[in-house]
Amino acid sequence: MSDYKIDATAYYAKTHEWVRMEDDIAVVGVSDAAQDMLSDVVYVDLPEEGREVQAGEAVAVVESVKAAEDVLAPISGIIVAVNTELADNPEFVNEKPYEAWFFKLQPKDLAAELAQLMDAVAYEKFTEENAH
Amino acid sequence: MHQTPLYDTHVAMNGRMVEFAGWSLPVQYPPGPTLEHQAVRTAAGLFDIDHMGQFELRGPDAELFLQYIQVWDIARMQVDEAHYSLLLYGDGTLVDDIFLYRRPDHWLIVVNAGNRSKDLAWLQANTLGFDLTLTDVSDTTCMLALQGPKAEQILQRLTGADLSQFATRTSLATQVAGVELLIGRTGYTGEDGFELYLPATAAVDFWQTLLATGKDDGLLACGLAARDSLRFEACMPLYGHELDARTNPLEARLGWTISWGKEFVGREALLKVKMEKPQRLLIGFEMIDKAVAREHYAIAVNNQVIGHVTSGMKSPTLDKFLGLGYVPGEYSTIGTELDILVRDQAKKAKVVKRPFYQPRYK
Repeated sequence: MSDYKIDATAYYAKTHEWVRMEDDIAVVGVSDAAQDMLSDVVYVDLPEEGREVQAGEAVAVVESVKAAEDVLAPISGIIVAVNTELADNPEFVNEKPYEAWFFKLQPKDLAAELAQLMDAVAYEKFTEENAH
Repeated sequence: MHQTPLYDTHVAMNGRMVEFAGWSLPVQYPPGPTLEHQAVRTAAGLFDIDHMGQFELRGPDAELFLQYIQVWDIARMQVDEAHYSLLLYGDGTLVDDIFLYRRPDHWLIVVNAGNRSKDLAWLQANTLGFDLTLTDVSDTTCMLALQGPKAEQILQRLTGADLSQFATRTSLATQVAGVELLIGRTGYTGEDGFELYLPATAAVDFWQTLLATGKDDGLLACGLAARDSLRFEACMPLYGHELDARTNPLEARLGWTISWGKEFVGREALLKVKMEKPQRLLIGFEMIDKAVAREHYAIAVNNQVIGHVTSGMKSPTLDKFLGLGYVPGEYSTIGTELDILVRDQAKKAKVVKRPFYQPRYK
């Protein structure tokens, strides 16, 4: 049984990042399951805008009371925005994981890479099997 | 893995169970480490610390032996007094840091969970020629901690003993919630509070009673994460992090615990360290660049690694990124700038005064 919230409109990586399309821009954050496993988040290290990243590349770091975890780019692209609000309010990652986005990407190979990710239904099943 | 008598209670409370020093204990409950930490600073927190070991020492030579095996001068301790102390190896390094309670007819020695069997063996190995009995009572004793500015008012409702007259670092055998137990006005959080030693069989009911009694005062059950962040802010060392068998008490800034005017195991080696000055010192530092300095991260100056971090986190009370670590003495002055290597990046920090949080005892 999973009690984790899932954003039905997002796609998910096995490493618990979500990606949601807003027009042609991909918005990336970490899932409710991820924030719960991390425990209280105390700091977020964000990438620089303009950086070109590959799918699976460590792009940001989320520091919790427990550990430092990499946030991977679920898809390849160029970083066009970072959520500087998280620098002062890292607790947003715990409080509203699907609003507390980390960075936005201009996708490079969207169709092919999105197909590699899980949709909400598949991710819900995945967290039930893999979380805790 | 060992379980405390409260294991099922923690699970029922949705405690997140983790392995710590061979014990299954809650690292946090649903409120989370930050709120649990705040509860102890502003109201009260209840901790299951039954993983800690307790030994009883009694017999004609008990005092003579204890004087010899640890660093604090126990001749200065009155009956009912409690004091922090250290067990050292012959080379002056640390076996463990401990708490001593002088009871009317015996001594209680409280040791770290991970060192329990090692300490018992070390103590036993040194008892040759002494007429005494050393008993490990950890399994029949449950140890809890009730800590925070409201700890006294909560506990007072459950006992006839006048806690307003109960001094810090003393102990009291009394009845609380109908249970005969020993209370120490001691702790590991930097707040006023109590450590309670009760029969393991009474633990579950006692825990529930305490939580219910303190509910309206803001009492929260607290896990290991809050215990660690609280002791960290007060700069109390944790064995396995600031202290270990390669560390001597002078570099760990525990010189205040040493009673030089008596003989004790490790004294000669430690005296040599004192004369020659320690090669490194424990420092507190604050990050200038935002980053979490974690245990084992390297400390560098001019691209040269000079030391390492032993504990580090974002301080919930002070809202700063802080750390403890060892560096050579010349870099230990307050204000000295250092680099902490965080994932291969040098992040600026500066040496600051310890403790980060000034303990508030009664």
